[in-house]
Amino acid sequence: MNGSPLARIGSGWLLVLPFLALVVALFLGPIVDILRLSVTDPEPGLGNYAALMTSDSLARILWTTLRVCAITTLFSVAFGYSIAYAMVHGVRRDRNWMLSLVLVSFWISVLVRTFSWLMLLGRKGLVNEALAGIGIISQPIEFMRNELGVLIGMVHYMIPYAVLPLLASMQTIDTRLVSASRSLGATGSQTFWRVYLPLTRPGLVAASLLVFILSLGFYVTPAILGGGKVLMVAEYISVQILVTLRWGTAAMLAALMLFGVLGLLFVMSRFMKLSTIFGGARA
Amino acid sequence: MSDGAASGGLELKALTKRFGSFTAADNVNLDIQRGEFLTLLGPSGSGKTTLLMMIAGFLDITGGDILLDGSSIAAVPPERRNFGMVFQGYALFPHMSVHQNIAYPLDVRRRPKAEIERRVGEMLDLVQLQEFAHRLPRQLSGGQQQRVALARALCFAPPVLLLDEPLGALDKKLRIEVQAQLKDIHQRVGTTFVYVTHDQEEALSMSDRIVIMQNGRIEQIGTPQELYQRPRTAFAAGFLGKSNFLTANGALHALRPEKIDIAPRGKGKGANRLAGTVRNATYFGSFLKYDVSVVGMDTIEVDVDAWRAGEPIAVGTEVDLSWPDGAAVRLEDN
Ligand SMILES: Nc1ncnc2c1ncn2[C@@H]1O[C@H](COP(=O)(O)OP(=O)(O)OP(=O)(O)O)[C@@H](O)[C@H]1O
Ligand SMILES: [Mg+2]
Repeated sequence: MNGSPLARIGSGWLLVLPFLALVVALFLGPIVDILRLSVTDPEPGLGNYAALMTSDSLARILWTTLRVCAITTLFSVAFGYSIAYAMVHGVRRDRNWMLSLVLVSFWISVLVRTFSWLMLLGRKGLVNEALAGIGIISQPIEFMRNELGVLIGMVHYMIPYAVLPLLASMQTIDTRLVSASRSLGATGSQTFWRVYLPLTRPGLVAASLLVFILSLGFYVTPAILGGGKVLMVAEYISVQILVTLRWGTAAMLAALMLFGVLGLLFVMSRFMKLSTIFGGARA
Repeated sequence: MSDGAASGGLELKALTKRFGSFTAADNVNLDIQRGEFLTLLGPSGSGKTTLLMMIAGFLDITGGDILLDGSSIAAVPPERRNFGMVFQGYALFPHMSVHQNIAYPLDVRRRPKAEIERRVGEMLDLVQLQEFAHRLPRQLSGGQQQRVALARALCFAPPVLLLDEPLGALDKKLRIEVQAQLKDIHQRVGTTFVYVTHDQEEALSMSDRIVIMQNGRIEQIGTPQELYQRPRTAFAAGFLGKSNFLTANGALHALRPEKIDIAPRGKGKGANRLAGTVRNATYFGSFLKYDVSVVGMDTIEVDVDAWRAGEPIAVGTEVDLSWPDGAAVRLEDN
C-alpha cells in the first residue's frame, strides 16, 4: 500500500500498453462502429431494431438460427461426452490416437469438411447410391438441402469443440468417488447419473456454451448444406451487406448476436465462475 | 445399534494378487472374526491397500478365495458385497450435502423416505454432526469430513467396514481424538472393522488384533500385547515399537528400550548385564532416552521414566545396563 496508484500499476502494464492499444483500436473500434451503424443507417434512430417486431422474415431467421444452434449443441455435446468419456476411461494406449483424431479434425478446413458431406450424402452421394444398390431404398433420401443436412454438418464440425472442455473436466474427477459410490451399493448407472454426471457439469456448461456461441456465427455449412433453404443469421447478414446493401439491418443483427452472447455469458456467470468453465481446472 | 453384528466373519484363503510379474499380495491366509477390530499394519508398499481392495471387490484376485460367513464372495461385484468403505481422503461427494452423502447408500437402495430420514438422523447422532447436516463437504474440517465418511459407510449397516488410512490426513492431536471416537463407534455398532494404517501407535491403541505385513506377506498376527511382547521376527520387533537387537547364545534377540535398567558402573542388579558409556541423553517429558555405547555392539537405546529417574545421568558416565530374564525375546531367523 505504498506509493501512488500510478506507481502501483507498475512497469508491467507499460510493457503491454502498446499491444493493448492495438487490440483496442483493431478490435473494439470496429465493434463500436457496427453499433453506431445499427442506429444510424439508413436514418438515425432505433428503426432497425423495431423491425425485429414487425418483420416476419427476420423473426423466422432468428428462430431458425436458435433452433439449429440448440439442436446442434445438444447432439455435439452428447456425442462429445461419450467420446471424452472413452478417452479418459478407456485403455490408455487408445487415448493418444483418439486425441490426435480429434485434433486433426480441428485442423481440417470447414469448407473441406462440408463438401465431404456433400459427396457422402448428396442425391448421388455414396450413402444414397449404396442404399439404392442393395435395394433398401428406391428414391434417394434427401439428406442435403434441408435442415437435416445443416445439422449433420454442424454437429460434425462442432464435436471436437465439445470434446475438449469435457475432457478437461472429466480428467479432474477423483476416480475414488466412483469407487466410493459403488462400495455404497450404487449400480453403474446410478453412479453415473448421481455422481459422475453432476461432477462434469462445469464441463457440460462450458462445452454447451462454446458450441452454441460458435454455432450462432456459422456461415459456410448452412449455406452449402442447406442449399439456400435454411437461412441463418450469418448468411442473412452477408446477404444484407453484399447483395441488398442494407448495412443498418446487418449491423443490427450483428449487434443482437453480440449482446446475445454477452448476455448468455452473464447469465452463466451468475451460476458459476467463468474462469472455472473455460479454465477447465476445478478444485 | 449393533445391527452389523449378525454376520461379518471374513476368511482370506491363500489370497494372492500379481501385477504382471510383481506380487503385491502373496498367499495371505487370515481369519477375521465377526465384530473384530483388525488392523493391517505395514510399511508403504507392503500390500495393505491391495489386500483391502480385494476384500472390497475393486481388485480382481489372482489366486485364492475370500469367504464371508463361509461362502465365497470372490465373484461378487463391489456394490453387491455390502461392505462399507472409508477411503483415504474420504471420497465424499462434493456436490452433495452431509445429509445427502449419508443418505446416499439408502437412496440407491430405494428405501422408504421415512426410514432414510430416521437412519440418517441416527448416523448424524452417532458421529455428532447434527448441526452440520446441510453443509457441503468442503465447508467442513478434516476431522468432520472423516466422520461424515464414517457415517456414510455405516449407514446401511454393513457387516464389514473397510478403512484405508482414514486418519492419514489429520494432524497428530486430532488423530488421537478421532482414534478414541472411532473405537467407541466400533464398540457401539459391533461391525467388523478392517483397518489399514502404517502408524504403529494407532494400531496398538485401537486394534483387537494386528496383522503386520511386509512385501505382500503376513509377517505376524496377534493382539497388540502379543506382538509387542513377543515379536517373532526382527522386522516385527523393529516395526512395532522400538527394539535393541542383541546376539546371545548364537541367536538374535530383541530387547525393548524400556525394559532395560541403567545404573552407574557397579550398581547394576539385573540377571543380564552389559557395561557401556552414555553417549547421549534426550528428554521427552514422560521419559528419558539414553544412547549407550557398548564395546563390540550397536548403540543401545534405553528409555527410563523421567520423573522417577530424577537427575539424568551425565553424558560420558560409565554405566551398567541390566534386564531381567525373559525381557529379551529370541527372534526367528529369516
Ligand atoms: N495397479 C497396480 N499396478 C502395479 N503395481 C501396483 C498396482 N497397485 C499397487 N501396486 C504395487 O503393489 C505394491 C503394494 O501396493 P499397496 O498400494 O497395496 O501398498 P500399501 O501397503 O497400501 O502402501 P501405502 O502405505 O503406501 O498405501 C506396491 O509396490 C505397488 O507399487
Ligand atoms: Mg495404501
